[in-house]
Amino acid sequence: MSDAVIEISGLRKSFKGEAALAGLDLQVPAGSIFGFLGRNGAGKTTTIKLLMGFIRADGGDARVFGLPTSEERAGIEIRRRLGYVSEDKELYPYMTVQQILRFTRGFFPKWRDDLEQKYLRLFELPPNRKIPDLSKGMRSKLMLMLGISHGAELLVLDEPTDGLDPVAIRDMLRELVAIASSEGTTIFFSSHQLEEVEQIADHICIIDRGAAVVSGSLDDLKAQCQRLRIVLGEELRTPVQWGEGAEHVRQDGRMVEIFASRNADAIADRARALPGASVERFPVTLKEIFLANVRGN
Amino acid sequence: MLFRLNPSSGLPLYLQLMEQIRHAIETGALQAGDQLPTIRKVAEDLVMNPNTVVRAYRELQHEGIIALKHGSGAYVSESVGVQAKVTRKAQTIVQSALERLADFGLTDDEVRRLVDNELVQLRAAKAPGGKRQ
Repeated sequence: MSDAVIEISGLRKSFKGEAALAGLDLQVPAGSIFGFLGRNGAGKTTTIKLLMGFIRADGGDARVFGLPTSEERAGIEIRRRLGYVSEDKELYPYMTVQQILRFTRGFFPKWRDDLEQKYLRLFELPPNRKIPDLSKGMRSKLMLMLGISHGAELLVLDEPTDGLDPVAIRDMLRELVAIASSEGTTIFFSSHQLEEVEQIADHICIIDRGAAVVSGSLDDLKAQCQRLRIVLGEELRTPVQWGEGAEHVRQDGRMVEIFASRNADAIADRARALPGASVERFPVTLKEIFLANVRGN
Repeated sequence: MLFRLNPSSGLPLYLQLMEQIRHAIETGALQAGDQLPTIRKVAEDLVMNPNTVVRAYRELQHEGIIALKHGSGAYVSESVGVQAKVTRKAQTIVQSALERLADFGLTDDEVRRLVDNELVQLRAAKAPGGKRQ
């Protein structure tokens, strides 16, 4: 038994000999708002397409609700229980808002009229407008609304705020939070907007070159990671072994700056033991965690 | 109740929320017996994760600052009146110490570092076999 809604282990996928996923491991706890982060081309959309059963993995395992995404029948069950907002926000172009709502509800016996009415009003979607005539923000809201209204236990969102203006982004984030707190829906969303992830996510995974480089509870990560600024009484003649967790050590004369990915207490104590040293400690932002773990070109 | 958090300050949001609630109690904006906003309301107003709000409330409950009543929400504990008195006394001591330090022309950061250092020394002295240097 596990309370993970999404479980991925050792997932691999290549396109034309180029590895998009190189052994991805990922666990999304039930009831979490999970931010899936990475640079463009890191493998985020490939992962989501594999979860949705749109493409097949070369190896490894991916389960949603404990069901294998690689099996056709399980895939149907999975898609019945989740809501999906694609990266390009594409929907049937010949339908109006009203028509796609009627069309979609036919597939879902547990359709929630109350939520449909609520979000139709809240998102101010014009019922008789055709989908291609909606703005990107409206299409995002429409897709989100379809997912919510069919009573999804899990929302999978591929860059849901991409291309939205700041007001639309705030509205979207507020609705995600509202759905999570009122319905207990698990939300899995990819993004490269670190600020919005930092605002609403409680768990994150940073993916780089097809593999997870950091994952876990955001609060735990922030508790572990610290930036230390040390001013020494005298310049060091021999390099100090700062120990486990001391990464990105930069030294300039009597100043030392350390990004500690863990063991910050031990590193700080070691610094204080040096003659005349003073130590300042700073909390790190998600952006700093991201930059410390993702490699440049 | 108005809270304002800064997601990009690096400090975990549950700690920021706890700090703001504590501050509201210390300043009297929230008093013993007052009801705190619901988890859902805080989450939606501040656009933050409901689990994070739950965590802040649980930690405050653990500290005895608020009481969670099943089904009816969170309330400021009756005992915070006593704690607030202790805090006010401590505040007077810190104030007079800071006024005297200001005469030396020390910056805020320098004072903070001194305090941090003394706390570390104190902790080391209290540890078994520890000695104050």
